[in-house]
Amino acid sequence: MKKLLLIILLNCFLFNISYALIEVDITRGNLDPLPIAVSPLHVDIKSENYNDIKVKELGENISEIIENNFKATGLFNPLKKEAFVQKPDITHLKPRFEDWRLIKAQALVSGKLLIKDGKLKVEFRLWDLAAAKEMTALAFTTTPSNWRRVAHIISDKIYERLTGEEGYFDTRIIYVAESGPKSQRVKKLAIMDQDGAKTKYLTLGNELVLTPRFNPTNQMVTYMSYFRNMPRVYLLDIETGTQEVVGNFPGMTFAPRFSPDGKKIVMSFAKDGNSDIFTMNLETRVVERITNHSSIDTSPSFSPDGKFIAFNSDRSGLQQIYVMRSDGSGVKRITFGNGIYGTPVWSPRGDLIAFTKMRKGKFYIGVMRTDGTGERLLTENFYQEAPSWSPNGRVIVFYRETKAGLKGEGFTAKLWSIDITGYNERQLKTETDASDPSWSSLLSK
Amino acid sequence: MIFNKNLKNVLLVIFTTLLLSACSTAKKTGTASDDAYTGKETVEYLAAGVPDRVFFATNKSSLTTASRATLRKQATYLRKNKKLNVTIEGHADERGTREYNLALGERRANAARDYLMTYGISGKRISVISYGKEKPVNAASTPLAWSQNRRSVTVKVN
Repeated sequence: MKKLLLIILLNCFLFNISYALIEVDITRGNLDPLPIAVSPLHVDIKSENYNDIKVKELGENISEIIENNFKATGLFNPLKKEAFVQKPDITHLKPRFEDWRLIKAQALVSGKLLIKDGKLKVEFRLWDLAAAKEMTALAFTTTPSNWRRVAHIISDKIYERLTGEEGYFDTRIIYVAESGPKSQRVKKLAIMDQDGAKTKYLTLGNELVLTPRFNPTNQMVTYMSYFRNMPRVYLLDIETGTQEVVGNFPGMTFAPRFSPDGKKIVMSFAKDGNSDIFTMNLETRVVERITNHSSIDTSPSFSPDGKFIAFNSDRSGLQQIYVMRSDGSGVKRITFGNGIYGTPVWSPRGDLIAFTKMRKGKFYIGVMRTDGTGERLLTENFYQEAPSWSPNGRVIVFYRETKAGLKGEGFTAKLWSIDITGYNERQLKTETDASDPSWSSLLSK
Repeated sequence: MIFNKNLKNVLLVIFTTLLLSACSTAKKTGTASDDAYTGKETVEYLAAGVPDRVFFATNKSSLTTASRATLRKQATYLRKNKKLNVTIEGHADERGTREYNLALGERRANAARDYLMTYGISGKRISVISYGKEKPVNAASTPLAWSQNRRSVTVKVN
């Protein structure tokens, strides 16, 4: 009996330490988002240039980015700051839990920052208000210009603590920025933070560029360009701006994607009208043919363990999705549903393949298991395609085009994201029209 | 392998026969597979009486009877103008995924090129480029616009 009591006590103890009472279930659509209060970070008055408005408002601005990140997940409900009951500095030291509970908050984020010797020192704490406990705390130092990333890293840590899953906020999205009338679109490569901030254009729009994709291991990008009217796959280092053609193919190369270790590019090469799948090793420059079939084979995507490639082929008549071993053997068709299927993209978790489905004049983004079973269509529209996974495999970003009028008017292309539960569909903010999104890995990993 | 090839040929013959017989019956009903554009709108001319483009049915790269007639006119024209080189641009409508459409445009341009070559035009004179769905000639989102955009266009390069 004594022993049992001890175990129960011990359990309570462990429970309080290693688990929080609050936990966010992300496996279902969350119709009841967790109310969370994000207190502005307290700015230490000893900070350099404290009287500079930019420094004074830094704490406020960081907390706002965190709030926006949380809101965008659909899993959290950041509470309005007007209702906040305690000053940021005191909150960070020791919140009055009962007061924060009064405004219906279940979790609280507090923090402070100091700029000294040209460095930004930040710390934050996550509090479980019901249990009146600190759940996690972290301090780090960086350069002040990195303050947006600080907000994203804090968001990731909190998301991880509350959901048990890796976050995806300290990431970027590369995409094609579009402008001009539909029949004469100008397309540029563009990159932005996942929340739409810090947009940067990487090409000038002199030539058509398509389908940029991140290397999952670094900040390299592969994309397709019509530079000098020769449609080819390129490799671009987004830090230095240097780029090169991938391989020496005597014809169009397209639909590039990196292998999970980042060492190879898999792509299609079209010869005499027929498209097959090839890989090129970026270190050895060795080119390998993966498929050899008189049909169109394109949109290849590696499984995260590198053992398989999903691809799109019309060898059975219309577009379907196939899976093969990464050497090209063991080709197996996995889609048999009504309609035609394109753009298979393997989830970074390895368990699902995202795809575009076309049926009866509608376009769907969906997910299925890697053997083709368990198909779930997440969203239906006039036109949408090109899914790309968040690095934690919870969210899919894609682009959607609207139906144009008789003169092409009313045409738009925008980026959208949706949770793999099918909930929380939302448009991503972009400065221009946008298509072909690709989500980076976590920058801080 | 040889057996395979023979088999392939036999199948091809059977398939073609089926296709031909299907064509003769399907004409009146107008199935989705023969929605190639037949009008003259958007068409330009390499020379008097020589249309610059041919049209394709949805998801198809096979040449229609009208397309073959157009391409024979182009071949005659190219035979007369021996110094002239051309690029054939392959296009798709907006109702497919971008990457597949690039491949489809390539296949369509090559279908036109192959046909010109069977009429004696050297392959060296004909380059191809696919634009997929990137360059619609008609920007509307209507079946008519889509049929005008599913095309291959022969363009003079010199």
